[in-house]
Amino acid sequence: MTDISLETEGLGRHFGALTAVNGVDFKLAAGARHALIGPNGAGKTTFVNLLTGVLTPTRGRVLLAGRDITARAQAERVKLGIARTFQINRLFRGLSVLENVCISVAERVGAATSMFYPAGRRVDVIDESMDLLDTLKLGDAARHCVSELPYGRQRLVELAIAIGLRPRVLLLDEPAAGVPSAETHIILDAIERLPEQIAVLIIEHDMDVVFRFAKRVTVMVGGAVFAEGTPREIEANPHVREVYLGQAALSAAHG
Amino acid sequence: MSVALAPAGAAAAAARLAHPAARTLIRRHHLRWWEALPWAAAIGFYFAFPAYLAFGTELLITVLFALSLDLALGYAGIITLGHAAFFGAGAYAVGLLAFHGIWTEPITSLALAALVAAAIGFASGLVLLRTRGLTLLMLTICTMALLQEAANMAHDYTGGFDGLPNLPIAPVFGVFAFNPLYDNTQYLYALAVLLVSFLFVRTLVYSPFGQSLTGIRENLLRMHAVGAPVRWRLTVCYTISAALAGVAGGLWAQTNAYVNLSALDLDRAATVLIILILGGYGRLYGAFVGAVVYLALEHFLARVYPTAWQLGLGLLLVLIALFAHNGILGIGAMLWRRYGRGRAEA
Repeated sequence: MTDISLETEGLGRHFGALTAVNGVDFKLAAGARHALIGPNGAGKTTFVNLLTGVLTPTRGRVLLAGRDITARAQAERVKLGIARTFQINRLFRGLSVLENVCISVAERVGAATSMFYPAGRRVDVIDESMDLLDTLKLGDAARHCVSELPYGRQRLVELAIAIGLRPRVLLLDEPAAGVPSAETHIILDAIERLPEQIAVLIIEHDMDVVFRFAKRVTVMVGGAVFAEGTPREIEANPHVREVYLGQAALSAAHG
Repeated sequence: MSVALAPAGAAAAAARLAHPAARTLIRRHHLRWWEALPWAAAIGFYFAFPAYLAFGTELLITVLFALSLDLALGYAGIITLGHAAFFGAGAYAVGLLAFHGIWTEPITSLALAALVAAAIGFASGLVLLRTRGLTLLMLTICTMALLQEAANMAHDYTGGFDGLPNLPIAPVFGVFAFNPLYDNTQYLYALAVLLVSFLFVRTLVYSPFGQSLTGIRENLLRMHAVGAPVRWRLTVCYTISAALAGVAGGLWAQTNAYVNLSALDLDRAATVLIILILGGYGRLYGAFVGAVVYLALEHFLARVYPTAWQLGLGLLLVLIALFAHNGILGIGAMLWRRYGRGRAEA
């Protein structure tokens, strides 16, 4: 069991008559670099929400290192080691970059319930947050208000908040979404330098990102797993090309 | 847990902590010289305006009430228009105990007022804080209206519309009696209670817990995603805020020696909200500035223009809403950044 960090068994969720996720069996290996791709409306985001506990499944189970966490709330799952980033930045907008990370680190080390000493006395939290910003090359921006940063660097803060939780499993929901192509490499470099022990699942539209980063790819279509394999296998799979690229061509024609 | 980040040598750590951003956080809770000003002014007021001490006492109580609201609204982002529920709960707790001759010792009465208000805050918070925005706003008003109607209907105990007059309040420490004609004792007593409450709130907002409240205010959904028990934390904050509002209400009952339904009025809840917005919320001293400006306008302008002074207040609020979302202190901070030494205050 130990080599599988996150696993789902027959995971499903419907909203009324609409089945968004339909019986997904999925395994994320320990230390994986795994990508989840699929056309719009394939159920990728719903799937991530089921993994993180934002939504409860209508059937199936979620297992973390062999342990059933289906009934666990979102906050508990974070404590157990599942962290995520969001497709659209969810930062503490009015606070400095350093404070953004400190909030996450303070939460992880259990400082955030303390009422009777100043936060400034937790130099361990501040030091670790600063260190994390340095490794992400955000050190020079630490004192700036996070909403004043260019979007690409805001995406890095989004990532830093999740890494500050020291997760075992990290779910990245389109980490480069909205970033100008000239800045995408900042995000990709940061993702490539993530500690090896973290199992990473990346949900991504951009095939360049997927093929550069992932060692394994799962294709979702219509709420179910359509294909899974190495990037090379997926790229060569004619059905995937048909479904996925056909859909992409269709949405391009409409958009 | 599972990930070891780069090993931190002592020198490297020292360098990181010397970074301006880190230093700002490490020093944020330090006392600054100007923080003595409100207290110096309050003591100065005592000696300079002995004829206005009743007004001064009202002002101090209003500051405390606004401070309690700042904790919930300014720091945790709990939108409420029903904070007079807790002010009233504290006032009636003190009033009922004193009027029926059960308990008249002032300091323990205030502690009981805090407990009663906290209990109501906790119970209502468990339900209310599941909602947000306008729903939350309406539910806070409902809670307050229910309490007011309960106080009205239980007139055998509460005096209903007439309230409870001539409350017997024992002397503070058994020595300093409240004299209805000279408010010296009331003023100093209220000042002492405000100081203790303020030190408590100040400690709280600079604590890691206070920081997490700020996180909830700035992005509630992200706080869930970093593993914070958001609703529980909001409930704790709301309960503490209610307790402080209860202390303010208890003080009001003691220093005026009466309680009536106005303690639970929407008017009171709206006024304290206006005061906080006027002064600037989420900055601790906004309660002081807002209360002084509002009550000064009310007290002095109302004499000069008895019919139109609220027009002036309305115009001031419109200007604040249009140009300075952070109230008078927000304007001050902006000017300080622009024309001062260029350092933003914490």
